[in-house]
Amino acid sequence: MLIARVIGNVVATQKNQRYEGARVMLCRQITPEGDDMDYTCLALDSVSAGEGDIVIIAREGWSASTAATGRPGAAIDSAIVGVIDYVDLLPNEKK
Amino acid sequence: MQIARVIGTVVSTVKNAALDGRKLLIVQTLDADLKDKGRPMIALDSVGAGVGELVFWCRGKEASFPFKRDETPTDCTIVGIIDSNAHVFNSEK
Repeated sequence: MLIARVIGNVVATQKNQRYEGARVMLCRQITPEGDDMDYTCLALDSVSAGEGDIVIIAREGWSASTAATGRPGAAIDSAIVGVIDYVDLLPNEKK
Repeated sequence: MQIARVIGTVVSTVKNAALDGRKLLIVQTLDADLKDKGRPMIALDSVGAGVGELVFWCRGKEASFPFKRDETPTDCTIVGIIDSNAHVFNSEK
Protein backbone atom coordinates (compact mmCIF):
# COMPACT_ATOMS: atom_id res chain seq x y z
CA MET A 1 0.00 0.00 0.00
CA LEU A 2 1.19 3.51 -0.57
CA ILE A 3 0.67 6.92 0.96
CA ALA A 4 -0.83 9.48 -1.40
CA ARG A 5 -2.62 12.79 -1.50
CA VAL A 6 -5.88 13.16 -3.42
CA ILE A 7 -5.27 15.91 -5.97
CA GLY A 8 -8.47 15.64 -8.01
CA ASN A 9 -10.66 13.27 -9.96
CA VAL A 10 -11.64 12.33 -13.50
CA VAL A 11 -15.06 12.08 -15.14
CA ALA A 12 -15.73 9.20 -17.51
CA THR A 13 -19.20 8.58 -18.91
CA GLN A 14 -18.21 5.50 -20.91
CA LYS A 15 -16.59 3.04 -18.50
CA ASN A 16 -16.60 -0.54 -17.30
CA GLN A 17 -20.01 -1.19 -15.70
CA ARG A 18 -18.46 -2.18 -12.38
CA TYR A 19 -17.26 1.43 -12.03
CA GLU A 20 -20.85 2.78 -11.95
CA GLY A 21 -21.41 5.06 -8.99
CA ALA A 22 -17.77 5.02 -7.95
CA ARG A 23 -15.51 8.06 -7.93
CA VAL A 24 -12.20 7.81 -9.78
CA MET A 25 -9.71 9.90 -7.84
CA LEU A 26 -6.44 11.35 -9.11
CA CYS A 27 -3.70 10.81 -6.50
CA ARG A 28 -0.06 11.78 -6.08
CA GLN A 29 2.23 9.56 -4.03
CA ILE A 30 3.93 11.33 -1.12
CA THR A 31 6.68 10.41 1.31
CA PRO A 32 5.83 9.65 4.97
CA GLU A 33 7.10 13.19 5.70
CA GLY A 34 4.47 14.59 3.32
CA ASP A 35 6.72 15.56 0.40
CA ASP A 36 5.41 15.16 -3.14
CA MET A 37 6.79 12.34 -5.27
CA ASP A 38 6.65 12.05 -9.07
CA TYR A 39 4.27 9.11 -9.25
CA THR A 40 0.58 9.84 -9.91
CA CYS A 41 -2.20 7.31 -10.39
CA LEU A 42 -5.96 6.83 -10.43
CA ALA A 43 -7.71 4.95 -7.63
CA LEU A 44 -11.35 4.19 -6.91
CA ASP A 45 -12.66 5.78 -3.73
CA SER A 46 -14.18 3.52 -1.06
CA VAL A 47 -14.03 5.80 2.00
CA SER A 48 -15.48 9.12 0.75
CA ALA A 49 -12.05 10.73 0.54
CA GLY A 50 -11.92 14.31 -0.71
CA GLU A 51 -9.44 16.52 -2.50
CA GLY A 52 -6.44 17.28 -0.27
CA ASP A 53 -6.87 14.20 1.92
CA ILE A 54 -3.85 12.02 2.68
CA VAL A 55 -4.94 8.48 1.92
CA ILE A 56 -3.89 4.83 1.85
CA ILE A 57 -4.05 3.21 -1.59
CA ALA A 58 -4.22 -0.57 -1.88
CA ARG A 59 -2.63 -1.70 -5.14
CA GLU A 60 -3.93 -5.23 -5.37
CA GLY A 61 -6.95 -6.18 -7.40
CA TRP A 62 -8.93 -8.40 -5.03
CA SER A 63 -8.69 -5.93 -2.15
CA ALA A 64 -9.31 -2.91 -4.36
CA SER A 65 -12.33 -4.45 -6.05
CA THR A 66 -13.86 -5.67 -2.79
CA ALA A 67 -13.29 -2.34 -1.05
CA ALA A 68 -14.59 -0.15 -3.87
CA THR A 69 -17.50 -2.20 -5.24
CA GLY A 70 -18.30 -4.67 -2.45
CA ARG A 71 -17.48 -7.64 -4.67
CA PRO A 72 -14.23 -9.09 -6.08
CA GLY A 73 -13.57 -9.66 -9.75
CA ALA A 74 -13.79 -6.13 -11.17
CA ALA A 75 -11.17 -4.59 -13.46
CA ILE A 76 -9.83 -2.38 -10.69
CA ASP A 77 -6.17 -2.44 -9.67
CA SER A 78 -6.09 0.22 -6.94
CA ALA A 79 -8.49 1.69 -4.42
CA ILE A 80 -8.39 4.24 -1.63
CA VAL A 81 -8.98 2.18 1.51
CA GLY A 82 -8.36 4.73 4.25
CA VAL A 83 -7.81 8.37 5.11
CA ILE A 84 -4.63 9.00 7.11
CA ASP A 85 -4.93 11.25 10.15
CA TYR A 86 -1.19 11.40 10.81
CA VAL A 87 2.02 9.41 10.44
CA ASP A 88 4.33 8.90 13.40
CA LEU A 89 7.97 8.35 12.48
CA LEU A 90 10.97 7.53 14.66
CA PRO A 91 12.99 10.73 15.11
CA ASN A 92 16.01 9.24 13.36
CA GLU A 93 13.86 8.22 10.36
CA LYS A 94 12.89 11.82 9.64
CA LYS A 95 14.90 13.44 6.90
CA MET B 1 -5.05 2.77 -12.95
CA GLN B 2 -3.33 5.36 -15.14
CA ILE B 3 -4.51 8.07 -17.53
CA ALA B 4 -3.39 7.57 -21.14
CA ARG B 5 -3.93 8.84 -24.67
CA VAL B 6 -4.74 6.35 -27.43
CA ILE B 7 -2.17 7.08 -30.14
CA GLY B 8 -2.61 4.18 -32.52
CA THR B 9 -3.96 0.76 -33.32
CA VAL B 10 -2.35 -2.65 -33.69
CA VAL B 11 -3.29 -5.24 -36.29
CA SER B 12 -2.43 -8.83 -35.43
CA THR B 13 -3.60 -11.82 -37.44
CA VAL B 14 -1.97 -14.69 -35.61
CA LYS B 15 -2.77 -14.35 -31.93
CA ASN B 16 -4.14 -16.14 -28.91
CA ALA B 17 -7.71 -17.34 -29.65
CA ALA B 18 -9.09 -15.40 -26.68
CA LEU B 19 -7.92 -12.18 -28.33
CA ASP B 20 -9.95 -12.82 -31.51
CA GLY B 21 -12.19 -9.87 -32.29
CA ARG B 22 -10.60 -7.73 -29.57
CA LYS B 23 -9.25 -4.29 -30.34
CA LEU B 24 -5.56 -3.69 -29.60
CA LEU B 25 -4.57 -0.05 -29.16
CA ILE B 26 -1.29 1.77 -28.56
CA VAL B 27 -1.53 3.98 -25.49
CA GLN B 28 0.84 6.63 -24.19
CA THR B 29 0.52 6.88 -20.41
CA LEU B 30 0.18 10.42 -19.03
CA ASP B 31 0.82 11.94 -15.62
CA ALA B 32 -1.60 14.14 -13.65
CA ASP B 33 -0.63 17.14 -15.81
CA LEU B 34 -1.43 15.11 -18.94
CA LYS B 35 2.23 15.04 -19.95
CA ASP B 36 3.77 11.90 -21.46
CA LYS B 37 5.14 9.43 -18.92
CA GLY B 38 7.25 6.47 -20.05
CA ARG B 39 7.06 4.60 -23.33
CA PRO B 40 3.89 3.76 -25.31
CA MET B 41 2.49 0.27 -24.90
CA ILE B 42 -0.27 -1.99 -26.15
CA ALA B 43 -3.61 -2.15 -24.34
CA LEU B 44 -6.67 -4.31 -24.91
CA ASP B 45 -9.90 -2.30 -25.28
CA SER B 46 -13.04 -3.11 -23.25
CA VAL B 47 -15.07 0.09 -23.67
CA GLY B 48 -14.93 1.03 -27.37
CA ALA B 49 -12.11 3.55 -27.20
CA GLY B 50 -10.63 5.06 -30.36
CA VAL B 51 -7.48 6.82 -31.51
CA GLY B 52 -7.05 10.28 -29.98
CA GLU B 53 -9.24 9.64 -26.96
CA LEU B 54 -8.22 10.17 -23.36
CA VAL B 55 -8.71 6.91 -21.43
CA PHE B 56 -7.64 5.13 -18.30
CA TRP B 57 -6.26 1.64 -18.10
CA CYS B 58 -5.97 -1.10 -15.49
CA ARG B 59 -2.81 -3.18 -14.98
CA GLY B 60 -2.16 -6.72 -13.82
CA LYS B 61 -4.40 -9.77 -13.59
CA GLU B 62 -7.44 -7.55 -13.11
CA ALA B 63 -6.98 -6.38 -16.70
CA SER B 64 -8.52 -9.66 -17.91
CA PHE B 65 -11.66 -9.34 -15.77
CA PRO B 66 -13.81 -7.48 -18.37
CA PHE B 67 -13.35 -10.51 -20.65
CA LYS B 68 -13.26 -14.27 -20.10
CA ARG B 69 -11.04 -13.79 -17.11
CA ASP B 70 -9.27 -17.13 -16.99
CA GLU B 71 -8.53 -17.24 -20.71
CA THR B 72 -7.70 -13.73 -21.86
CA PRO B 73 -3.97 -12.97 -21.81
CA THR B 74 -3.65 -9.25 -21.06
CA ASP B 75 -1.90 -7.14 -18.44
CA CYS B 76 -3.20 -3.77 -19.64
CA THR B 77 -6.85 -3.06 -20.47
CA ILE B 78 -8.64 0.22 -21.17
CA VAL B 79 -11.55 0.38 -18.70
CA GLY B 80 -12.84 3.93 -19.12
CA ILE B 81 -12.95 6.85 -21.53
CA ILE B 82 -12.42 10.25 -19.89
CA ASP B 83 -14.95 12.70 -21.32
CA SER B 84 -12.35 15.36 -22.26
CA ASN B 85 -9.11 16.95 -21.06
CA ALA B 86 -11.26 19.37 -19.04
CA HIS B 87 -12.76 16.41 -17.17
CA VAL B 88 -9.44 15.69 -15.45
CA PHE B 89 -9.77 17.79 -12.31
CA ASN B 90 -6.33 18.39 -10.84
CA SER B 91 -6.09 20.85 -7.95
CA GLU B 92 -2.35 21.22 -8.50
CA LYS B 93 -2.89 22.99 -11.83
